[in-house]
Order: sequence, then structure tokens, then C-alpha cells
Amino acid sequence: MVSAARAVGWAARLRGLDARLYQIAFQATLLGIGVVARDFTLRWEQMALAFAAGLATQVLWTRGLGLRRVGVLSALITCFGLSLLLRADSLWVHPLAAALALSAKFIVRVDGKHLFNPANLGVIIGIGLLPGAWVSPGQWGNDLAYAVWLVALGGIVTQRARRWDISWIFLAFWLGLVALRVACLGQPWAIWWHQLGSGALLLFAFFMISDPMTIPNRPSARALYALLVASIAFWWQFVLFQPNALMWALFLATPLVPLLDYWLPGQRFAWQQPASSPLPDKRLGDPAVG
Amino acid sequence: MFASIRAAAVAVAIAASVFASHPAHAFCGFYVGRADASLFNEASQVIMVRDGTHTVISMQNDYKGDAKEFALVVPVPQVLQRGQINVGERKLFEHIDAYSGPRLVEYFDPDPCARAERDRMLESAPRPATAGAAPAPRREKALGVTVEAQYTVGEYDIAILSARESDGLETWLTQNGYRIPSGAAKALAPYIRQNMKFFVAKVNLVERAKTGLTWLRPLQFAFDSEKFMLPIRLGMVNAQGPQDLVIYLMTRNGRVETTNYRTVKLPANMDVPVYLKDEFPAFYKSLFDTQAKRENLRAVFTEYVWNMSWCDPCAADPLSPEELRQAGVFWLDGDAGATPSSPPIAPLPTSVMPRRMPTPGGAQPVILTRLHVRYAPDTFPEDLMFQQTKDRENFQARYVLRHAWKGNPDACPQARGYFESVARRQEKEAQTLASLTNWRIEDIRGKMSLKAPAKREWWDGLWKQGLAW
Repeated sequence: MVSAARAVGWAARLRGLDARLYQIAFQATLLGIGVVARDFTLRWEQMALAFAAGLATQVLWTRGLGLRRVGVLSALITCFGLSLLLRADSLWVHPLAAALALSAKFIVRVDGKHLFNPANLGVIIGIGLLPGAWVSPGQWGNDLAYAVWLVALGGIVTQRARRWDISWIFLAFWLGLVALRVACLGQPWAIWWHQLGSGALLLFAFFMISDPMTIPNRPSARALYALLVASIAFWWQFVLFQPNALMWALFLATPLVPLLDYWLPGQRFAWQQPASSPLPDKRLGDPAVG
Repeated sequence: MFASIRAAAVAVAIAASVFASHPAHAFCGFYVGRADASLFNEASQVIMVRDGTHTVISMQNDYKGDAKEFALVVPVPQVLQRGQINVGERKLFEHIDAYSGPRLVEYFDPDPCARAERDRMLESAPRPATAGAAPAPRREKALGVTVEAQYTVGEYDIAILSARESDGLETWLTQNGYRIPSGAAKALAPYIRQNMKFFVAKVNLVERAKTGLTWLRPLQFAFDSEKFMLPIRLGMVNAQGPQDLVIYLMTRNGRVETTNYRTVKLPANMDVPVYLKDEFPAFYKSLFDTQAKRENLRAVFTEYVWNMSWCDPCAADPLSPEELRQAGVFWLDGDAGATPSSPPIAPLPTSVMPRRMPTPGGAQPVILTRLHVRYAPDTFPEDLMFQQTKDRENFQARYVLRHAWKGNPDACPQARGYFESVARRQEKEAQTLASLTNWRIEDIRGKMSLKAPAKREWWDGLWKQGLAW
């Protein structure tokens, strides 16, 4: 009896971990393809330092705060995200961005929930504050097959994370706005397809905005948030004509998440929460889990 | 390490000769004719200078048709004043092309028998081939076209048009002698709806006669725009196949790349067979063909990224401060020369390609990015959008020739080993070349007088022969 209960417990725990493990596996694959076949201007030392600094930061904070869980998976996801997105001409940008982004997870918290998506914050710190850093939104190319793979695999990941709705709602709003622009300007529809096949867009939709820890808890608030991010990104890209619209839009919209949670409260997400038995509130507030 | 430390370098600037075989039908605008004579321009080249929102564009083409049939239509973000338009010099393009073009360098293996490496005599190298009628107001109004400004600049008659709808603009252009290819209105419409104006240029034959030139000089214009982009879609209206465009981007802080397409560095810094010294243009053309096809004409290629204050090796001098100013670089102070005060580099044929080291006291704030794109209407559905990165790492499309030591294999014990290593190296060079260009490896080996490596069967060496049981 005891062993059966233990087995059920392990199974539940594994189910809880699946989403992030899938995400890590997918990010690693994508990084491998990027470095080998996509001419990413990323040096292995930058990657190694990002991972070393990111994991060290996570461990130091969790130990310092006396938390039970180190939360290695989340830190890995952030480090993979920064390696996939951030480019730099020096070795110190990646580890610094990783350390700052993961530290913010423990420092910038509202109502027991960390505010910024760590990878998004790391990228914004890099391009906004650090010298010699940039993002190459065109690095993915537009191969349709590639895009389809991203969508398919991204769908699996977000579905397992159970907050998949925001990805699709965001894509619908964004592609709708682009379609509206194409129609109004009389541009060829190939432009819309070109946007649809953008690796950077799909990666953002499925692996960044979908992070369940940094988006509103309630489905209707998430839909509103997706619309907001899509609108800011559209304004950034097609009115201001500035690059990295998606990154900036998410960063700028982030402070509204606590407000949306306040106005439209909903059940908080936890990575390891089994579908049938919500964990106690105390665990949900554990920053190492996010 | 077989290469001598000092390298002889051969630069062959090839853009013109390479691209000449790829007739491009237009660059940012389309060239149209009154007659049915086929019109084309080859080797479209654009210099784009940008800092903040300030932008200066220079356009050069190898238009070879009748000058009176030449016309250029470019969407611009605002009505340009006379002072924003200039006619530049073709030699500026020749110089920037020569400075940034793909290049060969050659090295000479030292005598493997000599203990100390001695510099070898450096071979001479070939010099790089440094490479209308006034509109009628009433009709305009009916068509919704407004002639915002008209200027005669150099040999060009220029009009800045605004339009309410594309059909009217197409009709206006047709009525005023520009034979617009079918589909032009559709391509013009998105620019009209973005409230863009149209820069329209024709050749003024009287003014042209005064210049005494047999070619058309590049047109330049300066403007402010939030958009860091180059309109290429108009040029595809009458495209009959893929077109080539070389863009020289000069910025202050770092390399430029496209944000809506992949920007890929060309494979470079590879050892290739020495016989390519005489076939470099053909080699580079095949290399570019092959790489562009591998990317399905969906990538933009980086050919050169360098701080304008130096070069190594130098295919040509960096642009002088005066030339940079002519190209539109507006942020250099009067004394901030792009080149040090050393004497200019002597024109090659002579010998070693020189190197120009960075200016003491810091590099000049001009980074040149040379992008080369081969595009087709279906592979580049959007205009090129750029961003300036903070990447300052230099890159050049450089290919290396290594000449073997011409000594006797029996000269010393080391010589035999040396020649064996040369044979391996040459085989590798042949394979590299075949991969880069898609040329047949047998042909390459034939030109190199190489024997194909003996095929080794799986059972070779399984049993030693001649053993008696």
C-alpha cells in the first residue's frame, strides 16, 4: 500500500514536471539547430557562462532565502531562452543578464508572484542597458516547415502547462492586426504569410508569453492581456517602426499583470500542481517553483 | 604551419563582372521605357547611410539603354527639398565596391628544409578591377496626382509626386511617358496608403550633354524616416527572374542586418585551389549562386563588415573623409578623418596587398556592412527592414590560396612528409571548392592535376597478402 501510494505520488510529480522538461528539451533542440544549421552568432562560452551564472544565481537566492526547492528547471528555461535570443560581442553580457533576470524573480514580486518573465527581462536588460548586446529577430528564417514544427511542438508544451490559451489568443490578435494592416494598405497577402512563418513570433507566442507564472490567473484576464501585448507590439513595430516589438511589448505590459489579477482574480498556477488536487497556497508562493 | 608569415595578397574586386551576368531589372524603383526595347539595369547598388532617423540613400545602376528612356520611381517618406537631392559620382561606388569586395589572399609555403622560416618573394598580383516632359496640371488633378516639387539636378529632371490612388498615379506616369509594367498600380498602392511620396527621375538630355559623360551618375537623396528600410518590391514589378542587389550600409555603431529575413555570413576564410587565382570572378559567382540556392533565395548575405578606418588586407584604400561625406556620412567632424595621415595606398598591380591598421586613438565611427541579396517576388514578399546591431566584429569574404614549396622531395627527410601533407591539403581544397560551388570534383582535380584518392575497399588490409600457410 505504501509503495503504491508512493508510486502514485511520483507519477503525479512527473506529470507536474512534464511541461518544463518538454520545454527544456525543445529549447535545447532549437538551440542545437540554431548553432549548427542556422548560423547563430553565439559562442559556446557565452552559453556556458549564461548557464553557470543563471544556475548559481538561482541556487544562491534559494539557499539565502531558505527555500526548500532550488527550481533548477525554471532557471534552465531562462538560460536557454537567453541563449536563443540574446546576442553579444562579449562574454559577460549573457551571464550578467541571466544573473539579473533570475535575481529579479526573487526581488520584484507582487503578492507572492514574481512579476517579470525572466527571459524577457534578461533580453530587455541586454538590449536596453548593456553595451554590445542585440537580438536578431530575423535569425530563424521563414521556412514554413520549420514554423509548423515550432507550432506543433509549442502546442504540446503549452497544452501540458495548461495555460495554452494565451498563446493562441495572442497569435490570433497579432495575426489579425497584421491582416488588417495588409488589407488596409493593399499589400500582397504574402506579407501576412511571411509574418505567420516568423520563427521569432512563434517562439515568443509559445515559449515566452505563455509562461504561466507571469501572466494573469483568470482566462478572461489573460485574453485581455494578450490583446494588450499584441496592440503594444503592433504600435511598436508598425507605428514607431522599431525592432524587437514583441520583446518590448511584453516588458511594457508586464506591470499590468498584478492589476489584472486584482480586478479579475483567478486561481494561481503552480508548475507541480496535480490537476485534481491544488497545492496549499504557501507552496504556490514559493518563488523557486516559478 | 606551412604558410609564410607575410602573405602576398591578391584582391580581385568582382562585383561588376559577376553580377553582369545576372540582369536585374530594377533596384528600388523600376526602370521603364517608352519603346518596346527591352530595358534592364544590371548590378543594382545602393549606399545607405543612417544614424538616428537621418538617412542618405545613393543609387547606382549600370543602365545601358537609351538615356532618354531611363526612368526611376522610388517611394520616399516626405517631399524632398532641392537641397536634399544630389547627383553623386560613380567612382564613389567603384571605390566602396573595391574596398569591400570579396577577395583572394595568397600565402607561400616556406622551404620545409630550412630551419628558420624565411620570407619568400611575393608574387605580383593583378590589380583589382575596382571595380521628361512637364506634367499638365489639370490632368494631374483629375488623376489625384500632385507634383509637389520639380527640380533639375545634374543630368536629371526630378519630380516629387504625391498621389491619392494608385491607378491615377499609374495613369499619370503612363501619360507622362513612363511605360509602366502591368501590375505597377498594385505595387504602388501600399506606398500611397502609407502616405509616401514618389521620387521620379528622368534624364534631361540637354543637361546630360553638358556633362559630357557617357554614363548616368548616381542619384542621392537625404531624408528623415523612422523606418530603416529599403523598398525593393517596386523593382519586382517587371522582374523576369531573380535579381541581385548589393547594399553598402554605413552606420555609426555596428553591423546592420535585416529583421524580417535571415542575414547570413557567406562561407569565407577557406583554403581553395591556387588555380582560382585566374578564375576568381567565376569562382565567386558560382559560390554565390550555390549559397543563394541553398537558402532558396530567402536569405540576405553579409559580404563585408569593417570599421571604415582600416582594412586587412586592403583591396583598396578606405574611403577618405571627403568621400564619406559625399556618400552622406554626416556625423564625422571636420578633422575626424576616416583614414590616418599616412600616404594613400598605391594602386596595386604591383605586389603585396597592403594592410591599413586602425587609426591611433580609436576607430572611426563608421562601420560598413556590405549585404548582397538575390531576391525573387515570391521569396522576398516584404521590403527589406534593417536594424543596426551592436556587433562590431569584422568580417570579410576572403578566400585563401596556399602555394606549395617548389623544392625537391629528396632534398631532405622532412621534404617527403611535407609533400604528402601538401597532397592531402590539396585534396581537401578540391573538396571545399566542390562544396562551395557545386562544381564537379573530377573537373577540379583535373585542373589541379590531382589524382583521385585511391578507393579503399572494405577488405583492404583484412589479410596480409603473401603469407604462406
